[in-house]
Amino acid sequence: MSARIFVPADSSALAVGAEAVARAIAKEARARGLAVEIVRNGSRGMVWLEPLVEVETPQGRIGYGQVSAGDAPALFDAGFLQGGEHPARLGKVEDLDWMARQQRLTFARCGVIDPLSLEDYRAHGGFDGLKRALAMAPAEVVEEVVDSGLRGRGGAGFPTGIKWRTVAGAEADRKYVVCNADEGDSGTFADRMLMEGDPFTLIEGMTIAGLATGATKGFVYIRSEYPHAFRAMQRAIDAARAGGWLGADVAGSGRAFDMEARLGAGAYVCGEETSLLESLEGRRGQVRAKPPLPAVQGLFGKPTVINNVLSLASVPWILAHGAKAYADFGMGRSRGTQPFQIAGNVKRGGLVELAFGVTIRELVEDFGGGTASGRKLRAVQVGGPLGAYFPEALLDTPLDYEAMLAAKGMLGHGGLVAFDDSVDLAKQARFAMQFCAIESCGKCTPCRIGSTRGVEVIDKIVAGVARDKNRELLLDLCDAMTDGSLCALGGLTPMPVLSALTHFSEDFERKAPARQAAEQVRP
Amino acid sequence: MGQDTQAPLSFDEGRALEIIGGLAHLEGAMLPILHALQDAFGHIDARMVPLVASALNVSRADAHGAVSFYHDFRDAPAGRHVLRICRAESCQSMGCERLVEHLRHTHRLTPGETTADGALTLENVYCLGQCALSPAALVDGEPVGRLDEKRLDALLGQLKGARA
Repeated sequence: MSARIFVPADSSALAVGAEAVARAIAKEARARGLAVEIVRNGSRGMVWLEPLVEVETPQGRIGYGQVSAGDAPALFDAGFLQGGEHPARLGKVEDLDWMARQQRLTFARCGVIDPLSLEDYRAHGGFDGLKRALAMAPAEVVEEVVDSGLRGRGGAGFPTGIKWRTVAGAEADRKYVVCNADEGDSGTFADRMLMEGDPFTLIEGMTIAGLATGATKGFVYIRSEYPHAFRAMQRAIDAARAGGWLGADVAGSGRAFDMEARLGAGAYVCGEETSLLESLEGRRGQVRAKPPLPAVQGLFGKPTVINNVLSLASVPWILAHGAKAYADFGMGRSRGTQPFQIAGNVKRGGLVELAFGVTIRELVEDFGGGTASGRKLRAVQVGGPLGAYFPEALLDTPLDYEAMLAAKGMLGHGGLVAFDDSVDLAKQARFAMQFCAIESCGKCTPCRIGSTRGVEVIDKIVAGVARDKNRELLLDLCDAMTDGSLCALGGLTPMPVLSALTHFSEDFERKAPARQAAEQVRP
Repeated sequence: MGQDTQAPLSFDEGRALEIIGGLAHLEGAMLPILHALQDAFGHIDARMVPLVASALNVSRADAHGAVSFYHDFRDAPAGRHVLRICRAESCQSMGCERLVEHLRHTHRLTPGETTADGALTLENVYCLGQCALSPAALVDGEPVGRLDEKRLDALLGQLKGARA
């Protein structure tokens, strides 16, 4: 029997040389006349350990971390096929502190299985949720999702089941399920990891959504910055269709659901659901006014379920294990688990799935191990480019929807970006406005013009020009953007700006107010 | 414009029509067609726009509107190699701005520009989903993480070697 070796093909692993490692191991095995099977799995989420090579042994899967192609001969010499001792040896992967402390529901299979093997997927509980959904009435499936307390993982936190109920109740000749995989927030990569590491879970979740709401066609809209995830999804969809899990007769049920992967074209605003629908329809990705809600009039004017990757990928577990089992995780009105992503200036970056309620500090300091630079941690931006910057004093804020709102932040897509003390928060605030200006779809004035004015005003504050007056002006502008923008891009850009201004005001006042005197003499 | 229409086409019109015709049946075919055209020709020529518009039964303005909205679509071919460097927050926290300065000063590369010999285009990108390995970039579609000046120099050296 040949030994099974796992070398991730996750794009993060590829970014640090996994392809060369896989080739080197195959070559070394051939040279030694050893039969090996190299499985290209997804990532376990311990991204700092990539390329993380695992070997299946009678004792379980033994990991070897940060392997380089040059290590291959030494690994074979050390008997790594039997889990032999080597400086890179980490031990049993499941027992590693980082893994053992997590509550992996949505990501249970990611990094474990061969992402494109239907057989592997089924052997690890795949399609159990779909099979149960097929045995239930569609309305019961919807209520199961409502009861689980699942809320939109894309950032807005709207109850997923309620959305489904609206679509299920709408009368139409055609309905759609659209998966928002336009994961553009810096500091987030959970959607990408799932699509590359366990794409059938997303297909299963979308299929359940289709059966529950009467939608027969699905689209997964993937950003073009994720070419590997796009290819993985395309292959998985083809495999699922060939296996009878998609098409006119889903798993022999006589019910139809099929789907396509679509590629975005480099527009951050297409992560906004109505803009994404415009883009799918083939137009400029400009935001639509709501109402009508997409659940009533969505893609091509038809009732449409539009959910984030993580929301849809949570559904198979909920159906397989029951709403109550899922709702037992979490705190307050945030039920279940959230895949958090630890990124930026941290020693150990990666994905951690845990029940809601874990604090920022636990993730960044315990899991993340503090800053990569070794300097003092100064700020953590939570929830992407539209999320707030948290100072040291607020790191014990629990990560759940309501607690984050109370702290004038948001959970967003669950990404955390750490910054050391070399960060200049005035610069970060300026970047937030500049990013909004670059990515604004241009439809509404507060976002289109406000963001450019925001950059200018911040420049004046930093330069020390009529600082108090311009500070007032910036607050006023932020109000106008928050209240007057059509979507979250313009509406939430003030969040990082205001958090920087509130918690790090000293960064805006580094320069002496040089021109103040000149202003005063003016009549 | 009038003169332009007299100039010979810089792309194979038959091939373009074939690509468009092969995808026009899709629901929301615009983006798949534009991607396919760019994959085949390296850019979206202004004179492809009416072909797309007529196949999809939309106005030229609508087709042009779609092409011009998205950052991905180019109106001129890129260099033989494309380096997309991430400048979003996570990469900022790990010094990507320093790398951009390094590219500017040491390699005379400016984001958004192609070198005079047509060898390399440098582009900004905002997040590649490699945030646990910042700073990150995409080199001809392949991700690279934990970049620093030395790794960038080596990468650019390899690209130059590949060209020769």
